[in-house]
Amino acid sequence: MTALLSIQGVSRRFGGLQALTDVTFDLPPNQILGLIGPNGAGKTTLFNAINGVFPPNEGRVMFRGKDITGLPPYEVARLGMARTHQIVQPLNELTVRDNVMVGACFGRHNHGLAEARRVADEVMARVGLAPRADLLAGSLNVAQKKRLELARALAAQPHLLLLDEVLAGLNPTEIAEMVQTVRKIRDQGITILMIEHVMHAVMNLSDFIIVLDFGQVIARGTPKEVAESPKVIEAYFGDPKLAEQLKLSD
Amino acid sequence: MSNWRRHTSLILPVVVVAALVLWPAVTGKAANRESAFTILKAVALASSLNILLGYTGYVSFGHIVFYGFGGYVGFYLLSAQSWSLWPAMAAGGLAAGLLAFLLGKAILRLRGAYFALATIGINEALKAFINNFELFGGPTGMTLNFRVYQAYGGAAKALEMSFILVAALTLVAIVVSHVVRTSKFGLGLQAIRENEDAAEIMGVAAPNAKTWAYVLSAIVPGMVGALFFFKNGNIEPHDAFPLHASIELLVMVMLGGQGTVLGPILGAFAYQGMRGYLVTSDFFKDIQLSVSGVLLLLIVLFIPAGAIGLLRRRITPLRGVLA
Ligand SMILES: Nc1ncnc2c1ncn2[C@@H]1O[C@H](COP(=O)(O)OP(=O)(O)O)[C@@H](O)[C@H]1O
Ligand SMILES: [Mg+2]
Repeated sequence: MTALLSIQGVSRRFGGLQALTDVTFDLPPNQILGLIGPNGAGKTTLFNAINGVFPPNEGRVMFRGKDITGLPPYEVARLGMARTHQIVQPLNELTVRDNVMVGACFGRHNHGLAEARRVADEVMARVGLAPRADLLAGSLNVAQKKRLELARALAAQPHLLLLDEVLAGLNPTEIAEMVQTVRKIRDQGITILMIEHVMHAVMNLSDFIIVLDFGQVIARGTPKEVAESPKVIEAYFGDPKLAEQLKLSD
Repeated sequence: MSNWRRHTSLILPVVVVAALVLWPAVTGKAANRESAFTILKAVALASSLNILLGYTGYVSFGHIVFYGFGGYVGFYLLSAQSWSLWPAMAAGGLAAGLLAFLLGKAILRLRGAYFALATIGINEALKAFINNFELFGGPTGMTLNFRVYQAYGGAAKALEMSFILVAALTLVAIVVSHVVRTSKFGLGLQAIRENEDAAEIMGVAAPNAKTWAYVLSAIVPGMVGALFFFKNGNIEPHDAFPLHASIELLVMVMLGGQGTVLGPILGAFAYQGMRGYLVTSDFFKDIQLSVSGVLLLLIVLFIPAGAIGLLRRRITPLRGVLA
């Protein structure tokens, strides 16, 4: 099976800081790949390198067989890659519906307004935002804004979805709902690369896991393999809470 | 939404313009036509600036540069090349649009205050250039030979025609503003205004969209400039590129409410009304520019969304009408 996304020797520096070093992995279609690692490991930076926000200094990013290294984010989006942000980025003065319509209009299908509206209404219903469609996005609470991030990304009808900590800040009920939602998205044929700190969720959802530490891949494998890897436990040692979660998730 | 409901927000603006056009005819006073001309011109310029400022979120302190440049190009063609008014106006609009296109490629990469500063610099630089450009008459500018008006049936007829044309241009500006606001292109612009990085990640090709917004916001001012200086009969650098007029345009757009079709129209009205009072009052005559500065400050501090923005927010049912 050929990879949907192929990361080949990607490195990225910020001034003197080596944020990513020689990251390499493949993501086969229709899978959920979990990306974990301590804070500051370079996970978000890897997303930025993949979708063109901060292009890699070295290495290549292949998406559906095409070299997308260095393409601006809006071109990557049009090729069918959508993303949510760790720190929510709502378009505050636009309605929730308009936010989602932006995703539909400028995503993979380049919909016109009428069709985008239809897609937006359908997606909002799916993530539970329909009752808030006509509110300004700025008036939503954090959990709703997280859902808006997801709705916008889904409205783009992407081949690949990059999820950056969609569970952070949610309560246990909301987490359970979101886990269900993510699984459904994958079942509809969208490949997912997700950064997640909520260990039990990422361990349950992922087909495969990559562990980053100090910008390098220190472990990769099935959730079970990764949870037992001594390197991973060591990397998380600085953060006892995370180490504890890692154990609990078996 | 049905097609007609989409366009209800256009009714009020069109009624306002129609009333302005009829006002001099109804009252039968020539002086009223001059006032109406000034207001219509302000509405056209403010509505155009709104495409950049209101929809795209880029503050231009030098938008008058397009009016001045279009004015100069049009005037040169009218006076030195004996073009007639129509093609000269079109050329003025085209020249302004082209200038915006080139500037857009150069300075729309800048964000926030840096872009605003660059726009001031450009206005001053072009003024300085034209001051030294002999073809356009240098510091003394150019004057139109009175005989030119004969082709339009004399000076009085030419004035009348200018009034009809400025009304037509104002309508064009308003319709363009409305079409942009309700289009997919406009949705992309508004996404850029709210969060340019997020917009790009969602697929909005921001560099292109911003450039076209800039071009669209420049064309009508360029045509209005050509028309105004035709009517004026004379053009000079300080008349064509008055920096304070750029700031007044900002006040108009923000007073009425940026990002709405109606806002800049009402803002232009209110501001011109106030200005008319200030220049005739002995006390305010000399400080009217300070007044516009203070007004801008008050708006930014207390009604950042402008009057229309405030109403829309307070009274939800008005959203369909006051768009
Ligand atoms: N735009 C940037 N400029 C400078 N440094 C950055 C930038 N983005 C990220 N970094 C740095 O790169 C490292 C990795 O950050 P990040 O990718 O956000 O980590 P993670 O998402 O794994 O918590 C951090 O040290 C962070 O400070
Ligand atoms: Mg992060």
